[in-house]
Amino acid sequence: MEEKKLLLSGNEAIALGAFEAGVKVASGYPGTPSTEILENLCKYEGVYTEWSPNEKVAVEVALGACFAGVRALATMKHVGLNVAADPLFTAAYTGVRGGLVIVTADDPEMHSSQNEQDNRNYAYAAKVPMLEPSDPFEAKEFLKAAYRISEQFDTPVLLRTTTRVAHVKGMVERGETESSSAVPGIEKIPEKFVMLPANARRRRVELEKRMQGLREFAEAFPENRLEWGNKKTGFITSGVSYLYVKEAFPEASVLKLGMAYPFPDKMIKEFAAEVGELFIVEELDPFIETHVKALGIKCRGKELIPSYGELNATIVRKSITGDADKAEFAPVPVPMRPPNLCPGCPHRGIFYAISKLGVFIAGDIGCYTLAALKPLSAMDSCVCMGASIGTAFGMEKALGKDSLGKIIAVIGDSTFMHSGITGLMDVVYNKGFSTVVILDNRTTGMTGHQPNPSTGLSISGDQGVGIDIEALCRAVGVKHVYTVNPHDIEATLEVLKQEINRAEPSVVITKSPCVLLPEMKKRKHKALYVVLSEKCTGCRSCLKLGCPAIEWVPLTEEEAKKLGYKDKQKGFSRINAVLCDGCGQCAPLCKFKAIVVKEKE
Amino acid sequence: MKPGAATSGPSANSGNVLFCGVGGQGILLASEITSSVLIMAGLDVKKSEVHGMAQRGGSVVAHLRYGKKVYSPLIEPGGADISLAFEMLEALRYLPFLNSKSKVIVNTQKILPSPVSTGIETYPADVLEQLRSKGLSVFPIDAFEIARTVGEARAVNMALVGALSAFLPVDEELFLRVIEQRIPEKIRKVNTEAFMKGRDVISNFQEVR
Repeated sequence: MEEKKLLLSGNEAIALGAFEAGVKVASGYPGTPSTEILENLCKYEGVYTEWSPNEKVAVEVALGACFAGVRALATMKHVGLNVAADPLFTAAYTGVRGGLVIVTADDPEMHSSQNEQDNRNYAYAAKVPMLEPSDPFEAKEFLKAAYRISEQFDTPVLLRTTTRVAHVKGMVERGETESSSAVPGIEKIPEKFVMLPANARRRRVELEKRMQGLREFAEAFPENRLEWGNKKTGFITSGVSYLYVKEAFPEASVLKLGMAYPFPDKMIKEFAAEVGELFIVEELDPFIETHVKALGIKCRGKELIPSYGELNATIVRKSITGDADKAEFAPVPVPMRPPNLCPGCPHRGIFYAISKLGVFIAGDIGCYTLAALKPLSAMDSCVCMGASIGTAFGMEKALGKDSLGKIIAVIGDSTFMHSGITGLMDVVYNKGFSTVVILDNRTTGMTGHQPNPSTGLSISGDQGVGIDIEALCRAVGVKHVYTVNPHDIEATLEVLKQEINRAEPSVVITKSPCVLLPEMKKRKHKALYVVLSEKCTGCRSCLKLGCPAIEWVPLTEEEAKKLGYKDKQKGFSRINAVLCDGCGQCAPLCKFKAIVVKEKE
Repeated sequence: MKPGAATSGPSANSGNVLFCGVGGQGILLASEITSSVLIMAGLDVKKSEVHGMAQRGGSVVAHLRYGKKVYSPLIEPGGADISLAFEMLEALRYLPFLNSKSKVIVNTQKILPSPVSTGIETYPADVLEQLRSKGLSVFPIDAFEIARTVGEARAVNMALVGALSAFLPVDEELFLRVIEQRIPEKIRKVNTEAFMKGRDVISNFQEVR
């Protein structure tokens, strides 16, 4: 018998919810904190799931599926919805046939993101309803409710989670399975699906009517919930902030908005009239607060609660009451432990090589963004998916011929497929001379190893046609395309020096699999490198790679003497045998030939 | 205090456990197994963790809260009843989450952070002393040695779950059942052994008995 009570993350719960809701097609692009939804959903029977090349395609695929009369899901992180905003805004006009839900997983505090935009604003801007669960239990139930709303109101529905919902594990119960009210098949409804201006104008009117209907629905929606307590203070809140309010003020009255948009105005007014002092508690933007104030209701929100970063119960309590921190212990200064590229990571070799060129490095989104950290310090810009090529090219156009040999763009394989290719087209089309390095490690590393179009593997691991990056670049019109082994730093550096000075577009593809891929982990014959301590002069050249396996052993003058080093030698390098992956990048960096492969015993 | 009769939390049936360590040490699985056990024991559980960039060899933390009804998924500063530190330095890093009544289980393993391995900073020499000087009950355990003894270096996390289990208000039996469900058969025996050894280390402390 299957156990009814499960411990699931918000993302796992959404996957279960999609299965129970009878979703037939689900698409997305990996992005923290959304990735595990599709990774789990692809294990259920009867659901087609895919990693799309980017979020825009993912929403279009889901939209098409719903046009065909099945329930469809698209998942992405908050910034992914920027990419998918184009289909979203017009899907609000077309409406749906089968239910369509788009999950946006926001990342307040930027645990793994480049910004912390509040995607509740998209619900307002695109005129679509948004549900906002507080925990994994609600995440599943709200997803199922979202499909019912989508079909009842003929609209796409946004479901917004945040990191503390998506990556929190909590109790979830299995539920009944449902199915779409639509009938699968091809239906031609041009007045609904062809957004020519004349049709779009009519749909625009429908959209207003629909929003009015949703406003009325919100008044009776059971997940917009009044929890009466002490009426001296009242809180209006939603999402994970609700949990912090309950923790900090268990006695207070709360209006919990399960539907983040549109608002139940009557309910808000009634609640406000009943409570003494009204507070709005929400992470990031004053989304609820602005609306409540526009209703002419006196309340306090962002004047007390921080408008950036994550909240927690302590912050909420302190902000409202002004009470001091409960913590007994102040932080103790300890060495930071920043994330780092793994031992054996092919990115380390290429970024070490690029750092020797003294160029501006326009970077991109992926594990390799960590190359920006010391000691590599090999990234000078990183903005959004695919931005490396466009920004490098823009700098080149601004500075003209003088910039030849001074700028380089670096982008990963999955990111190149996502939205780098269009930037490369621009370089060729508009007669640039940019040098683009494509880091082909055969996977999407940072989000936990999802395949992408260049690997040809599907989400469930079936091998299909992989796009040949080299041929693709040539097809775009790049004449100079090279493939190098990034572990061979010297050879890579030679190619780079030649290409950055070429007055034509060129692409250098570094080809070497991520060391965390199963086939790399299973390697039997891994070389183990060691430092011959008698040869090490303590010059620290090898440390400039920033490899976690290379450790510095400091020496006092006496210790140095005792070990037979020069008195002034401050220490020596050592390779941690447990961590060393045998990539060999470090060996040629040692002028004293102190780093060698350990002979088998 | 007897193992299995925790008085660490606000009550025997609610508490906050902070798991901390370094990406790759199996912290998420350890916290997940513990959460499953607590749910099986009929308690409400919320566990918060962070994936993505933070996991690349960085400092990793998971918050586990259990009780009759749990709202916030995050432990408040000063609110951890138990800290289960998979690495010494990390025990010190999350000190603001502890209070003078907290119990700190510390794996005595050292994993050098990059500022130390590259010679810019030094690893603090007296982590356990620093913790004790705050009045905390410190329970050192060499989980790496236990893992090596049972013949599976990756069983460090199960040895530490074993150590933690001695403080939690649930039967050993439930832990063993969840381990059986969650750990693949090939490595189940060594992991169970690591769990038992970890549990024994803590049960043998004077303060626990």
